[in-house]
Amino acid sequence: MKENSIILLSCGSFEKKFLGRIVLSAEAEFRLPVTTEECRMDIDPYYNPGRRQYDGNRLLHDLPLCTAGEYRKLLGLFTVDLFIPILTYIFGQAMLNHQAAIVSVYRLRNELYGMKQDEDLLISRTVKEVIHELGHTFGLIHCHVPTCVMRSSTYVEDIDQKSSNLCARCRSLFEELQK
Amino acid sequence: MAEKISILIVDDEESVRDSLLNWFIEDGYHVECAENAKKALHLLEDREFDIILADIKMPGMDGMEMHRRIKALNRDSIVIIMTAFASVDTAVQALKDGAFDYVTKPFDPDDLSHLIRNAAAQISLRTENEALKSRVITLEDIDDLIGKSEAIKNVLKQVESVAQSNSSVIITGESGTGKELVARAIHSNSSRKYFPLISVHCGALTESLLESELFGHEKGAFTGATFNRKGRFEMADGGTIFLDEIATISPKMQIELLRVLETKSFVRVGGNREISSDFRVICATNRDLKSMVQSGTFREDLYYRLNVVNITVPPLRERTDDIPLLVNHFIRKYCTSMSRDMITIEPAALKQLEQFEFPGNVRELENMIERAIVIGNGKEIKLKDLPMGKEAISNSVESLEELEKRHIELILKKYEWNISRTARALNIDRVTLYNKIRKYNLKQKE
Repeated sequence: MKENSIILLSCGSFEKKFLGRIVLSAEAEFRLPVTTEECRMDIDPYYNPGRRQYDGNRLLHDLPLCTAGEYRKLLGLFTVDLFIPILTYIFGQAMLNHQAAIVSVYRLRNELYGMKQDEDLLISRTVKEVIHELGHTFGLIHCHVPTCVMRSSTYVEDIDQKSSNLCARCRSLFEELQK
Repeated sequence: MAEKISILIVDDEESVRDSLLNWFIEDGYHVECAENAKKALHLLEDREFDIILADIKMPGMDGMEMHRRIKALNRDSIVIIMTAFASVDTAVQALKDGAFDYVTKPFDPDDLSHLIRNAAAQISLRTENEALKSRVITLEDIDDLIGKSEAIKNVLKQVESVAQSNSSVIITGESGTGKELVARAIHSNSSRKYFPLISVHCGALTESLLESELFGHEKGAFTGATFNRKGRFEMADGGTIFLDEIATISPKMQIELLRVLETKSFVRVGGNREISSDFRVICATNRDLKSMVQSGTFREDLYYRLNVVNITVPPLRERTDDIPLLVNHFIRKYCTSMSRDMITIEPAALKQLEQFEFPGNVRELENMIERAIVIGNGKEIKLKDLPMGKEAISNSVESLEELEKRHIELILKKYEWNISRTARALNIDRVTLYNKIRKYNLKQKE
């Protein structure tokens, strides 16, 4: 059973309630058990002083080293600002049809944009990003349906526009890919 | 659509290639990478890519040079230049060389998405355009060139085949057959359609006016020339010039025209600067130019220069099959323009039209229908609404004398040759009417 589960690695300080909401949503969406683990990874070596951000590509590459557990998919949840060399920032990163994905809550917080802190909104955005990146690991590409969680989002406002669910087409594609 | 678009990433940094590869794969594009320009060009020898994202600074051949070589290969790929160093000069140069856009690394994710979406939209438009072009069977903007007869189908076929070329065309045909419509159809279906179609009615202008019209003039060239003025040849740059009634131009203008057609350059009246213009020439005439050449009234060299393709528009009497279609077309046209309910035509009236000779051709038929709609009952065009053989004044009449003769004859007939009533109706005295009857040799028919 375990090898057919998703591990959510918390790489930073997250409240249990916060992680619990993500677990429930991911389980509901992918119909797979989701467990949480605390990650004790030292992320300092991934820091790029020139950009004052953390290298998402390298974190994604090394993430599987942080757990001894068996899993089908692994998602690292971070609190720090992530980048990849070509982009100024990323909300998350995954490799299509690979096992691992990462998401950071750093740029999902309302406060970063000078707005009032909103914990529910942060949870909602994080859930959507986690499902989105996990979707890529299951082989789903970006979707043009405005409300589909697999729609590409480059701003938080984009994330707010979509739902936390796969659209019918992505759902059936997901089911197809599971066979 | 995304899955149909292929992207080639050319960058010497592996992390950049991998990041972009991953990003675009998630978007559903087909992506390949090359670590230098040489490998990219090698890949391009075997296959085409819709979008090429190329780093400007690479060891060996740089992105700009690679872009030039891609263009030299005559590939339609959209090239987007990437650089880590924002430099206006290189950006401008890249765009001048035909790059689609220019981006500075690292990109904002939203900018990258927009950039690729715009490029994809352009590719989609181009593909659609090509598909449409290959499917064009029906001609665009053929206006009133309506008909199913072999004669008109033949004209349309000629229009279609000649439109894409740059050859000069002479359109011949009787007055009112639609020669200008044929010229418009040729222009509208040519690659020059986005540039103007300039019409010049040579017959309506004196020699000096025509010269000024065609070549333009400089300020002070003649009395009243208070401003510089562009000529019609200049205005037709990139497009088509339509010279109607070409047979009427003077021998001097024939020489001038020949020179312009040969050099595609001219000097404005009163000017000394040579002006070049890229235009296509289409002429029309209702006269037999060949016999004019034989009689020495039209230059042979100009005739052959203009007469690369000849399209003869048939008179309406040779395409009577088209009359019902034309009648319906004009009914629709005028009812719409007059904001009236659509009307029909009674069978007897249509039959009469089909049997009429129409010396004024389609233009005469059009005028008849317009008139019938104006004076009719608003429901159906009846025989009595049509002026055929009664008071029709044909548009083929060109001289004022002929017009006067026909009109007097018509009014005489209307008043059964009662001279007093006819003179009163014509608002002339009886003596004048007698003089006119004598002059035109008008006789009462039994």
